[in-house]
Amino acid sequence: MSAETKTKIDFHQIDEILESFGYDKTNLIMILQKIQSIYKYLPQDIITYVGDKIEGLSPASVYGVITFYAQFSLEPKGKYEIKVCDGTACHVRGSMPVLEEIKKKIPLEKGRMTTKDGLFSIETVSCLGACGLAPAVVINDKVYPQMTPAAISIIIDTLLKEDE
Amino acid sequence: MTDKKTLFINDTEVGFTDEKNVLEVARHAGINIPTLCYRPDLTFYGACRMCVVEQVGRGIQAACTLPPKEGMQIRTNTTEIRKIRKNVIELLLARHNRECTLCTKSGSCDLQKFALEYGITEIRYEKIKEEDFPKIDNSSLSISRDMSKCILCGACIRACSEFQGIGVLGFSKRGADTQIQPMAGYNLAEVDCVNCGQCVSVCPTGALTVKPNISEVMDALCDYNIKTVIQIAPSVRVALGEMFGLKPGDNSIKKIYAAAKKIGFNLVFDTNFSADLTIMEEAHEFVERVSKGENLPLFTSCCPAWVRYMELKHPDMLNHLSSAKSPQGMLSAVMKRILPKEYEGYTKENIRVVSVMPCTAKKYEANRDELLGQTDYVLTTYEFAKLIQSQGIDFDKLEEIEADSPFGTYSGGGTIFGASGGVAEAAVRTAYNMITGENLDDINIVALRGVDEHSRSKEAQIDIKGKKVKIRVVSTLVEAEKAVQEVIKGTADFQMLEVMACPGGCINGGGQPSGCKDSQTKVKRSIGLYKEDEALPIRNSHQNPDIIKLYEKYLEKPGSELAHKLLHTTFSNKKTGSYTDFSK
Repeated sequence: MSAETKTKIDFHQIDEILESFGYDKTNLIMILQKIQSIYKYLPQDIITYVGDKIEGLSPASVYGVITFYAQFSLEPKGKYEIKVCDGTACHVRGSMPVLEEIKKKIPLEKGRMTTKDGLFSIETVSCLGACGLAPAVVINDKVYPQMTPAAISIIIDTLLKEDE
Repeated sequence: MTDKKTLFINDTEVGFTDEKNVLEVARHAGINIPTLCYRPDLTFYGACRMCVVEQVGRGIQAACTLPPKEGMQIRTNTTEIRKIRKNVIELLLARHNRECTLCTKSGSCDLQKFALEYGITEIRYEKIKEEDFPKIDNSSLSISRDMSKCILCGACIRACSEFQGIGVLGFSKRGADTQIQPMAGYNLAEVDCVNCGQCVSVCPTGALTVKPNISEVMDALCDYNIKTVIQIAPSVRVALGEMFGLKPGDNSIKKIYAAAKKIGFNLVFDTNFSADLTIMEEAHEFVERVSKGENLPLFTSCCPAWVRYMELKHPDMLNHLSSAKSPQGMLSAVMKRILPKEYEGYTKENIRVVSVMPCTAKKYEANRDELLGQTDYVLTTYEFAKLIQSQGIDFDKLEEIEADSPFGTYSGGGTIFGASGGVAEAAVRTAYNMITGENLDDINIVALRGVDEHSRSKEAQIDIKGKKVKIRVVSTLVEAEKAVQEVIKGTADFQMLEVMACPGGCINGGGQPSGCKDSQTKVKRSIGLYKEDEALPIRNSHQNPDIIKLYEKYLEKPGSELAHKLLHTTFSNKKTGSYTDFSK
């Protein structure tokens, strides 16, 4: 299995979430969003738990939903969640060079989206609805408009300094 | 039955009544539409697109999801349709592991069959490199998972959740990365799989296959220091012949005995005998529990998939399970103990017991800690037929023979063990006798019979000299779970619950030649068993002369100390899921 470190999980809290959504399988996505907002990702134990507790679902089917949608993560996200918009407008205005610059500054292991130290996670998203600001980058809900490789480089340096 | 309506298939008028889709209408009219993912007992899914037909005026449609309508014009075999189907096959083969000769499903694979029928001679797409194929999952004792052969039709997912309510398998990821797998990349042995093999049974390709044991059996057969004994399960006799051109339900047991002898088994026995033995122990247990009023309702325990389900999901209710071993377990234990006393040259150490079962979960059962070393190898019906074929035996020309003594005779009660309801019916016949000393006037308990999708939960009430006993019979674990919930809530009004995990019972087991394409196969097989029951001179397990002898000579009486040691087993909590550790 993956080397996922065991996160302490408060199952009473999960029960409360399930209860608030009536243990209804049609609410699965909202349930998962709620849980992810607490843990910043979806730990395996929770997937099993949710799959067992909701009638008509199984761990495998919950896992299927999680891996279908890009918004759900199976690994803990970093302290700084960087989202690079790669919608059409951002793409033509040069989002890829911005992403390349980020990856150069923050090297990731192959197949992973979070750095080993847990500081950064990087993902591309399809259209943030901020096309007027293209290319846009969002870091922890803060929008950085009209990015260039040079500008994002400074922003990352600032974040790194803040963290020291 | 609703009124008869008509539609037109290939300009010929075809009648229909309550068929759910055009595919079934065509089949009943003798027109075969190819399909990979359509399984009449599961929800219609329309995944494979092989069954496309033209509805005149409406264009191309999937026949399996197209409801029939009065006057509809359907064409099943136009140039355009053939072209689409050919393209579908080609695309499926593009990402398929095409090493057909090395595949255990070769010869009975639907994809292979259609590729041949549609004249696929080349595939325009680049082959996937072998190193890029997903790894084979051989962790399970019963089922082998090779996802390089999966066509993503989802039949296995539907079977696992719709029959068993477990949902071990699911789609994950999306688009070209889509895969069918247990949760989070676990392998089958690590999740709540009960080994029922229904996923294998519905799989159209070699992606899910039964874990083979033929070569180990061959090694034992070729070793002259080893005495090989074989036992044949009840429902094998009405299905194995299908691999040799017989119809479903044709009883070929005497040829199966002969084939086993020809292959080189030293002694050939019948699991029907130990089905009778199971009834003696189980009925005794039932009578005892009823008189004491404890651990009721009694749950039957001959289905290893059901037993595992209980251990996984309801470990606090294991006291309801009958402690009697399954017929396979009983006969193996009895043979290892008693054959050395009956036959010269047989010792506990040199006997190898091979059982032929309709069931994939029996492979798991034989390896349970409690039963290890009793049944040495388990072959499925399908495997045993393959073994017969590989030995150059002409099944058709075999002369019928009888099974060996002393474990070869059986009653009708033993033979109906293979169909859902049969265990309960046989148990009632014998329990009635144990309580009253008399036999039932009418031993046919028709209310408990029937194996189609409408008979997955049945009930019968028996009047035992004024005492009314209610019996519930379920097949599929979805129905079993409903019954268990009734017990938990305290609303259950039955005293005995018979469970078989496969829909319709063992006759439709995961190890049988696949009968999933047509919902009638299992019905015909069950008719074959009830026919034999009718025809047998002895129909009550307690009247089987060899059973009576066995108790007289060795086991004293049902429930005796030795009987308990030899014929009963234990169950334990096997709950998985690490979350249970900190949930309280």
